[in-house]
Amino acid sequence: MNPVTSTRSETSANEAATPFEQQLVEHQNYLLRFARLQLRNDAWAEDAVSETVLAALAKPQAFGSRSQLKTWLVGILKHKIIDALRHHSREACILDTSDEGDADPLDYIGFKADGHFAQTPADWGNPVERISSRQFFEVLDACTNKLPATQGRLFLMREWLELSSEEICKEMSLTPTNLYVQLHRARLRLRECLELNWFADTEAKTKVNAT
Amino acid sequence: MMRIKVTCKEVTALVIAREDRLLPWQDRLALRLHMVICAACPRFARQVLTMRNVMKPWRNYESRPTEGQDHKQAHKTSI
Repeated sequence: MNPVTSTRSETSANEAATPFEQQLVEHQNYLLRFARLQLRNDAWAEDAVSETVLAALAKPQAFGSRSQLKTWLVGILKHKIIDALRHHSREACILDTSDEGDADPLDYIGFKADGHFAQTPADWGNPVERISSRQFFEVLDACTNKLPATQGRLFLMREWLELSSEEICKEMSLTPTNLYVQLHRARLRLRECLELNWFADTEAKTKVNAT
Repeated sequence: MMRIKVTCKEVTALVIAREDRLLPWQDRLALRLHMVICAACPRFARQVLTMRNVMKPWRNYESRPTEGQDHKQAHKTSI
């Protein structure tokens, strides 16, 4: 059944959503998750998604086929997110790197006095089959959300906004040294979080299953 | 001055750093030499590679709003 025709007959006063508008709505959850994770602020995220949808509605002819719609929307959203980060970093020091996580997560990994690993890092196995599961991505979401806010934002600027380190420094007026310290910490923390909450867990499960 | 010998701790930092910047060639060489003689560091490097490989599927993954919500709650409490 086509939902457009049914709503059209019921709501004579309101204009029914066009197929294009409906397709936009279908992508809203994805866009919102993307923006929330990146911005760490629900209100900003909702604003960024609203602006993205409005921009899309303003020029529906700009997108080619349905399959490209998501990519196109994400492209717009990325720009809105960078605008938001730029805007809010001026007023709220959201990329303040001075106060959070002074300790180097490298020290949490056990190293002997001579700099060797105290314990060999775990074999994460061949992850390609296992990682495609929904639970894994949700653990990743949760681990990223657990990072100190600045580290999380900068890390996702690299991995989700797909900006180069040079671009991030330029956009956010950070020194490369500052950025690299934050990314170093973010990546090590994330690795540790995945190890604890996913890989150690599945390893234990595999062992139980094997016995 | 060229560093031929680096410790696992230094290698770990370099393996993380090369995700975000091009390392100087001396560091790249030291890294390669160390990987040949060390059993632990290649393991760590594979973990980092795994993380790199999951970024794209993670970015594109679409959570189903109804079921996904329950799972998210469950994980929030467990982590």
